[in-house]
Amino acid sequence: MKCRNSFKFLLSGALLLALGQVAQAAEVIVYSARNEQLIKPLFDAYTLETGVQVKFITDKEGPLMARLKAEGRNTPADILLTVDAGNLWQAAREDLLKPVDSRVLKANIPEHLRDPGNEWFGLSVRARTVIYNPNKVKAGELSTYEDLASPKWKGRLCLRTSKKVYNQSLVAMMIGEHGEEKTEQIVRGWVANLATDPLADDTKAMEAVAAGLCDVTVVNTYYFGRLMEKKPNLPLALFWPNQNLKNKAAGVHVNVSGAGVTKYAKHEREAIHLLEWLSSPKAQNLFADVNLEYPANPAIQWDATVAAWGNFKQNLINVAEAGKLQVKSVMLMDRAGYK
Amino acid sequence: MTLTERAPASGAFSFFSAPRLTAAAIAALTLIPVLVVASALLDPDQEIWAHLWRYTLPELLVNTLWLALGVALGVSLIGVALAWLTAACEFPGRRFFTWALLLPLALPAYVTAFVWLGLLDFSAWLPTWLRDNWGIVRLPPVRSRGGVILVMALSLYPYVYLTARAAFQGQGRRLMEAAQSLGLGRVRGFFRVALPMARPGIVAGLSLALMETLADFGTVSVFNYNTFTTAIYKAWFSLFSLPAASQLASILIFFVLVLVLLEQMSRRQRSYALSTRGGGASARIRLTGWRAGLAAGFAGLVFLLAFAMPFTQLLVWAYRAIGGDFDTRYFAFIWHSLLLSGIGAVLVAGLALALGYAQRLQPSPGMAFTARLAAIGYALPGAVLAVGFFIPVAWLDNLMIDQIRAWTGRERGQILGGTLAVMLLAYCARFLAVGFGSVEAGLARVTRTLDEASEVLGVTGFRRLFNVHLPMLRAPLLVAMALTFVDIMKELPITLMTRPFGWDTLATRVFEMTSEGEWERAALPAVAIALVGLLPIFLLIKHSDART
Repeated sequence: MKCRNSFKFLLSGALLLALGQVAQAAEVIVYSARNEQLIKPLFDAYTLETGVQVKFITDKEGPLMARLKAEGRNTPADILLTVDAGNLWQAAREDLLKPVDSRVLKANIPEHLRDPGNEWFGLSVRARTVIYNPNKVKAGELSTYEDLASPKWKGRLCLRTSKKVYNQSLVAMMIGEHGEEKTEQIVRGWVANLATDPLADDTKAMEAVAAGLCDVTVVNTYYFGRLMEKKPNLPLALFWPNQNLKNKAAGVHVNVSGAGVTKYAKHEREAIHLLEWLSSPKAQNLFADVNLEYPANPAIQWDATVAAWGNFKQNLINVAEAGKLQVKSVMLMDRAGYK
Repeated sequence: MTLTERAPASGAFSFFSAPRLTAAAIAALTLIPVLVVASALLDPDQEIWAHLWRYTLPELLVNTLWLALGVALGVSLIGVALAWLTAACEFPGRRFFTWALLLPLALPAYVTAFVWLGLLDFSAWLPTWLRDNWGIVRLPPVRSRGGVILVMALSLYPYVYLTARAAFQGQGRRLMEAAQSLGLGRVRGFFRVALPMARPGIVAGLSLALMETLADFGTVSVFNYNTFTTAIYKAWFSLFSLPAASQLASILIFFVLVLVLLEQMSRRQRSYALSTRGGGASARIRLTGWRAGLAAGFAGLVFLLAFAMPFTQLLVWAYRAIGGDFDTRYFAFIWHSLLLSGIGAVLVAGLALALGYAQRLQPSPGMAFTARLAAIGYALPGAVLAVGFFIPVAWLDNLMIDQIRAWTGRERGQILGGTLAVMLLAYCARFLAVGFGSVEAGLARVTRTLDEASEVLGVTGFRRLFNVHLPMLRAPLLVAMALTFVDIMKELPITLMTRPFGWDTLATRVFEMTSEGEWERAALPAVAIALVGLLPIFLLIKHSDART
């Protein structure tokens, strides 16, 4: 019977909590696909500085968007925060976000890292680059993502699964650049060069390179940073691909972790202010450095570890393209047998 | 033993009888989300379907079939063998293994999978050491069909072990004595009497293991092994089509339902009831010599592979992470996990009992079907069920909020969304199968003559339930609660989607770490899950041992 009492107690507690949710001033509610440990330090700092409470729930993007949609105009969420542009693009397409006209955000975030319709803004940059084993490969042999499809890499390439959004957006950007037919040839070339079945994550792919199962792979830089921090002696080196191409927009494929204000935000002003703050110099370092990512705001100094990897030219095509072409990209990789 | 016993004719035949209404209400909890998901079938996305059909589905179906068959075979062999050994035999270490063999339940399967991959994949220390020192280059690949099947079988066999063991224990001494008096040796006695009589128990555990296999996303992802469920998530997360994902999920549910019904039909004409508790605990078969060695060796190997090795690795990782990641908030995570799992376990066991009892009072094909439907939530991939549950709740919420606005002109926040009540109901929808299997198998062992006898004595209705049945159902109810408890401890998608602000649990900690690939830091919450999950397992074993 004790159980029943405590259950009643809980129920009434939950009800009280629900009643307490009636719109209060000075709080912002965030639905976040970015980890708790990557956002909490920021929100704590924001609360300290402004007194505004930031409440958040973490989950994967898919469920968060399904949730926003189901809650409709009564959603408590003011901001949707994700770790890739494709999902933000999808959220905008499903009319879950609203345009934000902010001079601060426009000034702080470069054009190719935000939505052309101003519905979302990149806050940190995730660069997807080439990692190789210096014992087996000379940096001079490497050039572009596309080159990894050439027969000279036969049996030397490791890749992460095509189910990860980072690879989907990389291929989506290639479709934008080369068209579907040529991209499919490239992806087929990659698959033909694989030394082993696609791996479940970036770290595993790098470990396979270090162990000699393959010579080269493609990963997000912060995974490289994290792994080298733990095991500095691994024979791994970083290469920036697509740097010397004639195409001015070409460069390293970047994606963003970013955010937008929800269509039915109850605290719109506070939400915009939080986004502006996140794009400001104060927050940008905290946002990017905590995960060894790159600040989206180009005026910000990079973390020492990150800076040590050197400067690179980003692909300047708008990251929204990745969202627009994601479905095509996924289907293309299925056709090419990239698992 | 296979006499067909008919239920006592129930009074008035009416749809609106209390048992029927109870069963329908409980089934609705699962059925509403399933129907929300299945409603997507009305609007198929042609382009995505054509693509899936041509490029991915054929391979996925083959993969899924192999996985299901392999895991079914694996968990049956391991689970039944260990259940028999620990329930009916005596061998060195038997007491230890009786409870230790349940421990893998406390580890999330995908964490175990990651640990195994970390120990055995090409770049791991063991293969590296073998290559460098012994020149052994060719090892069987871990990231393979065999690897996934093995890891899943090792994670899921406890379901069969637990339910089969309860069944063997319930049989007691007389059954095997009767078999022996009929001239059957021990081996034939096992295969012709003990095993067939334990079928409801074994099937209950096996169907849980199978449903979990079919709905699994985490473990297969670690191996990058594509199954039907990975396609569901891919359609949703990568192709941005929740409808296509829902359609695939509906097909999955449909197949599971067909399987469940086939099994149901194949045993409809049999009874598994025992006249009494079976004449007390049986004298254990004392294994000696190489037989004892083999039994202990087998149990030891399973324990080592399924729990000791992965858990040791997790401890090492957790130890490394504890300085940076452990803080006072962990007490809140543990408290939340305990509370949710505890209340959830009691609720699920209660609903399972109500459902099982309703079915017993008014058995009919319709009732049996309703009960099966109610337990189908476990076969749906977690995130799909979560969304199927969330949509109607949000709909109801919006309706109420809009009404309040219309009547009072006042804006107010969500009423249902973000409450523990919704969260707990969603757990019930998902885990009813876990509790129901055990309770149903327990009820099947209670003979109907007992019901009749108590009726003659004037003990009916709730009094019969409390005074006659409940004491006999204590063991299955405890099993139901313990299983649900550890399952809720590990549950992710529903917890993520329905938790109130700030209600982070140990499982959500694992998610925070693994979602960015920080598996080693996930070890700390995973170890905490295992340790807290041990509580009910210890209680369970203490109870079941007290009786033998």
